[in-house]
Amino acid sequence: MTTTVPVKKKSGGIRDLSKMFGAGQSGLRQFGILGALVLIIIIFEILTGGKTLEPGNVINIVRGNAYVLILAVGMVMVIVAGHIDLSVGSVAAFVNIIVVIAVRRLDQVLVMPESQQWLKTLMVVAAAVVLALALGAIVGAWQGFWVAYIGVPAFIVTLAGMLVFRGANQVIGNSTPLTVPDYFGVLGGGYIPDFGPDFGFSNGTLILGALAIAAVIFQEFRLRRRQSVIGATPAPLWVSFVKVGVVVAVIIFATYLFATGRVGTSFPVPGIVLGILVLLYGFITNNTITGRHIYSVGGNWHAAELSGVKIKRVNFLVMMNMSMLAGLAGVVFVSRSLSSGPGDGTGWELDAIAAVFIGGAAVSGGIGTVVGSIIGGLVIAVLNNGLQLLHVSSDRVQIIKGLVLLIAVALDVLSKRSGGPSLIGRLRRPGGDAQGPINRPDVAPTAPAEESSRPSSVTPN
Amino acid sequence: MVQGSENSPIILEMQSITKEFPGVKALDDVTLKVHAGEIHAICGENGAGKSTLMKVLSGVYPFGTYSGDIVYQGEVVQFADIRASETAGIVIIHQELALIPELSIVENIFLGNEPRKRRGVIDWDQAHTRAVELLARVGLSDDPETQIKNLGVGKQQLVEIAKALNKNVKLLILDEPTAALNEGDSQHLLDLMRGLKGRGITSIMISHKLNEIEAIADSITIIRDGKTIESLDVKADGVDEERIIRGMVGRVLENRYPEHDGSSIGEVFFEVRNWTVRHPLVAERLVAKNSSFTVRRGEVVGFAGLMGAGRTELAMSLFGQSYGTVVGGQIIMNGEEIRLPNVSAAIDHRLAYVSEDRKALGLNLLDDIKTSIVSAKLSKISSNRGVVDSLREHGIADGYRSELRIKTPTVDVGVSKLSGGNQQKVVLAKWMFTDPELLILDEPTRGIDVGAKTEIYNIIRKLAEGGAGIILISSELPELLGVADRIYTIFEGQITDELTVAQADPETLMKSMTSANKKDAA
Repeated sequence: MTTTVPVKKKSGGIRDLSKMFGAGQSGLRQFGILGALVLIIIIFEILTGGKTLEPGNVINIVRGNAYVLILAVGMVMVIVAGHIDLSVGSVAAFVNIIVVIAVRRLDQVLVMPESQQWLKTLMVVAAAVVLALALGAIVGAWQGFWVAYIGVPAFIVTLAGMLVFRGANQVIGNSTPLTVPDYFGVLGGGYIPDFGPDFGFSNGTLILGALAIAAVIFQEFRLRRRQSVIGATPAPLWVSFVKVGVVVAVIIFATYLFATGRVGTSFPVPGIVLGILVLLYGFITNNTITGRHIYSVGGNWHAAELSGVKIKRVNFLVMMNMSMLAGLAGVVFVSRSLSSGPGDGTGWELDAIAAVFIGGAAVSGGIGTVVGSIIGGLVIAVLNNGLQLLHVSSDRVQIIKGLVLLIAVALDVLSKRSGGPSLIGRLRRPGGDAQGPINRPDVAPTAPAEESSRPSSVTPN
Repeated sequence: MVQGSENSPIILEMQSITKEFPGVKALDDVTLKVHAGEIHAICGENGAGKSTLMKVLSGVYPFGTYSGDIVYQGEVVQFADIRASETAGIVIIHQELALIPELSIVENIFLGNEPRKRRGVIDWDQAHTRAVELLARVGLSDDPETQIKNLGVGKQQLVEIAKALNKNVKLLILDEPTAALNEGDSQHLLDLMRGLKGRGITSIMISHKLNEIEAIADSITIIRDGKTIESLDVKADGVDEERIIRGMVGRVLENRYPEHDGSSIGEVFFEVRNWTVRHPLVAERLVAKNSSFTVRRGEVVGFAGLMGAGRTELAMSLFGQSYGTVVGGQIIMNGEEIRLPNVSAAIDHRLAYVSEDRKALGLNLLDDIKTSIVSAKLSKISSNRGVVDSLREHGIADGYRSELRIKTPTVDVGVSKLSGGNQQKVVLAKWMFTDPELLILDEPTRGIDVGAKTEIYNIIRKLAEGGAGIILISSELPELLGVADRIYTIFEGQITDELTVAQADPETLMKSMTSANKKDAA
């Protein structure tokens, strides 16, 4: 449908659709990657003969990838601030083993009657989550200290962390897998419980879907009201209707999928955890001072410093937050697999980083969004899943994943170089590629910076 | 060697050189004649086009990007890059030295020019022997294996010259060679230049230090606003500093400055006493020495000084110590001594600093206009919990858009899409939004066109009339004379003079900007 919408007004048309992810360049980038996700889903749906969008499969994709997506939420903030975190897999493993030991203890200590099993489950899971977050915070404070206050590049600090915490996991766990009781699986493998009258759907999932639809409509309403308040010409009303209509249709379809799975299954609990995190961190990055500061440090830390941003504190918080989320991802994973072993979390960092970059973040920092990274993570997840359904062996899956990452970022780089705002901006411009590389400078040229009296060495960080 | 340069042949003649950048004519029909074996100085204010001219000569701006001819040793030359000009014996030593700090003296001297044995293996023995010879010629006795980072700036300069000598230099170009040097090192360098002249090497020297030029140059070419003003023979024309200054500044003051009669000026509210700042990397260098000055409410105070005089450093060190290490001094604001350990403290005390380099230091070029404008005082439009009110953000940005006439359809546009003048207005808006009592403007009109300049002068005046104190750092004397109420001159980190705008004229200012002597020279 994108091609049929006339793009005449700058503030109208499909540009507004892209603003679902926030205004500006990064919004457009993510709009492009969302298109790629839809395309991949359609391709696999055809190739697998309809297996991709079967309820069971969709539920599996969410359950099986929640932990990577949780990591991507933290990773995008790290990358926006201009850093990287290679240690998340090891940190998760380190947190896991301690959480598992604690859960096993707690399970024995906490003796409760059979009828109050739900209470016991709740207490154990809550305690495990709190413990995981606390351990993650301690680890993160350690890494943040080196990055922010000593000035060691995050690449090195977290490479060291990758080794240290992997080793710590194996020392503590004696390099042997430990299991947790089955009931602990609710966090990573559970579903919204069934209740109420039976219509053949999961009622909890229906309610969730209804809430999501209400939120989308409310958001659009607010956006239009806001546009009229600030005097911007809002998009024509029909655009809003089409936009909301498409999103609502997608939500209804997803709700239908999640609500009609095998009896006993519905929308998975880790999906809810992820949803809460996306809303929370999406809000933080878009609407709070802290969020603004993260982008400003990544965009131009000199300017940020001269605007009163406390750069060290921002760097510290971002690194610490990442490790906390790594701890959370770890506990979600343990809950799903019901055990923790010496190899937990191997390669997670790479999946998370790939998700963020496919989702449109810039390697140099300053650009990237939470929603984009989630979409990027879903691209990888659907790709993984689809190739598995097609019985492609895992070695080949790796090759394909690597190439997809490379091509996704290369396309973005190329489209920016040739003067367009982004890939999607280029697709919209009629005959765009006929012009060849324009190399138009982003910034209007000014007088030659001939004699800068600026000292060549500025305040070292 | 014969001193009378008029008699010796012409080694270089640049004829009608014109170089344009989009929207700006940096060089307009410039002519330069240099005789073989002389030391030729090029003088002009900041931005007059001196460095651009030297970049044309050395091939930084290759043939085809400028118009006009370069005749070198009797032939028209067309350099495609620096390498081509170096092969011809023209070597430029930039003000920012092009040495690699982690490499040794030898490695630097022979970088890109390494003596080779068979199959591309570097002949380090030969390099070492050659290096010792070259160092002796420039008067350096350091071990050639010393790392560059362990040498002072003065010695690094000498290594650069040794490197040039290794390339069989015939025409040596020095861009502000003594700007970063202390008195002793400068003297040594000037002696060395005389020595090189004795060996028949021609030098072109760009310098702001007129006493040095007077002492060492045989002839002088003065450039102003991208045009050659005059060429002087130091001996024959009896040139002295005063004569050079007249050539450099002698332009008609255009009437494009807002009227002001000083009626808005109130009492002194901001005072700096004995402010002393150490260079961030070179501990023994002071970038501000015992500087004391005052600012009154509603007053525009100009800081005049040449490049490297320490104006920016002084301003940034006041603004939350964002440059160097403050080793002494007091800031008194509204009768109380205040401490500003970081930028946010400075902003809280209602100081604002508009940096001279808006792209590197003033803006996050990834941001849009509204985000940039509120970025220095987000707390003003946020809830107690730190949630930014985007509606107010937009309204405020829109207000500045119309007030400052920022040319953009909406404030959602990225700042990188704006012209220099409009970017500067965004930066001004960003700092106006912090409600400053003291606004420091560092070269606020650099690189923007005349129309936008006038608009910015009007904004400055309006802010002053609103009661703010303003420090205006500028390299353009007409601008200072047109906008400021009072002017301090700064030379080598020291405040050398204080003049009301009625007392000041370009000549007296330039005199105080180029020497430490107080008024007595007048």
